[in-house]
Amino acid sequence: MSATTASNLTIENLNKSYTVNNDEVVALQGIDLAIREGEFVAIVGSSGCGKSTLLRIISGLENGYSGEVRIGGKRIGGPGLDRGMVFQEHRLIPWLTVEQNVAFGLNGLENGRRDTVVREHLELVGLAGFAKALPHQLSGGMSQRVAIARSLVNNPQLLLLDEPFGSLDALTKIQLQQEILRIWEVERTTMVLVTHDIDEAIFLGDRVVIMSSRPGTIKKIIPVHLPRPRDRSSYDFVQIRKEIYAEFFAEAEKPFAYAI
Amino acid sequence: MALDSTSRLQTLLHLLQYTGLSVAIIVIWQGLFHLGLLNPVLLPAPSQIALAFWDLIKSGDLPRHIGISVLRVLEGFGIAAVLGLGLGTAIGLSRTLDRWTDLIIQVIKPIPPIAWIPLAILWFGIGEQSKVYIIFLGAFFPIIINTIDGIRQTDHKFVEVARILAVPRFKFVRQVVVPGALPAIMTGLRVGLMVAWMCVVAAELIAASSGIGYLIMDARQLSQSDVVIVGMITIGVIGKLMDSLIKRLESRLIRWKVAFAGN
Repeated sequence: MSATTASNLTIENLNKSYTVNNDEVVALQGIDLAIREGEFVAIVGSSGCGKSTLLRIISGLENGYSGEVRIGGKRIGGPGLDRGMVFQEHRLIPWLTVEQNVAFGLNGLENGRRDTVVREHLELVGLAGFAKALPHQLSGGMSQRVAIARSLVNNPQLLLLDEPFGSLDALTKIQLQQEILRIWEVERTTMVLVTHDIDEAIFLGDRVVIMSSRPGTIKKIIPVHLPRPRDRSSYDFVQIRKEIYAEFFAEAEKPFAYAI
Repeated sequence: MALDSTSRLQTLLHLLQYTGLSVAIIVIWQGLFHLGLLNPVLLPAPSQIALAFWDLIKSGDLPRHIGISVLRVLEGFGIAAVLGLGLGTAIGLSRTLDRWTDLIIQVIKPIPPIAWIPLAILWFGIGEQSKVYIIFLGAFFPIIINTIDGIRQTDHKFVEVARILAVPRFKFVRQVVVPGALPAIMTGLRVGLMVAWMCVVAAELIAASSGIGYLIMDARQLSQSDVVIVGMITIGVIGKLMDSLIKRLESRLIRWKVAFAGN
């Protein structure tokens, strides 16, 4: 690819602050980020660093910021079908069946076409046999799969993942990471993943964006030039992990050494 | 086999727990009567009440009065349910409509339906209409208030999901808001039906020539305290049956909800 690859998502000098008890709290400061079409970007940061706020701004759920957020050159103004989102909690509607939940975002299609799209997406996440189940009958991992299917029905250019595996057990989490990778390879959707799990970020991301907190700024962007599927215990993987750990714990771990 | 007999024992025990207190009260009550400790005019024995009950059924008076009272409740409650659900949904969805109507609802709500009886009689006479109006007033407020609350309790997380997916407003209301409000709406309907049932009796006590309330008032004038108690127990039993009916409807409509059942 040439150096002038179309940039799908462009963020320029983004600032966002909240007012809490008459005090202004700066959530995001001077964020600049360009994400290419089809890229998988993982954003890591400790809780409260504003990474979820960043994602919510991109999704259009959050307003009142300064700076530019553009998709395909167009400024965003509220949510749109070009962007999908998966939240930390699955947010399935408890009284709708799995297929109704997936069809929730499908509007203006005739019934036959809609059923096909729903079936295809349930197959994509490996839940074709659970179309008639209710959310409370599903495990946490299955629920999150349904949420992923729901977020993809409108074929968004950009999928925003807000700590989607954060509440899953370690094994299910790894399974779903592999799953999202497979979906990314099939659908070629641009992915922006927010996480506090450093391994997850390295396993999935083409680039890992490290954010620091108060105010939330981009501290460093680390490219991950490793072939997929990535081996979490390979030398290169571990080197990148060390590099990222150093960004977070450089100061904190020294006093610990004295204690030993 | 052992398990089967234990569970049957359990069922028997639960049945005993369910009915035990009522049976004990009746037995003690009857016992006190036989010991001569009760004045039968002030408080007749259960056996006398049972006899009066049987006579009233045989003569067809009790079924007739029950039928009339239930019909009045169904009319008043039906109107209250339609208007309460409709207006409650509209107000729940619209902040503007809420601001327009909130004050008047909050002020009229605490006025007991009984206090409307003088006006109701002036406006509608002592016929059916005044009773239906009182019942309507009693049932309307619990239904509308709970409907508004239920609609307002829509989870903000689902609102965000709907915004992200650009779900049309009507679809969102139909698939998310209304089903989500259903538990609160059912509570409103249950309370509304109970209040309606209490109101019919109150309205009939004051001005009527038929119905359970009239039966009680008529018996009071003739000092038939056994008939008075038959009327009271009938009110209680029918109220309980109505409540069970709505509860059953509720659990059928709200299958997805795993309710806390107590320990």
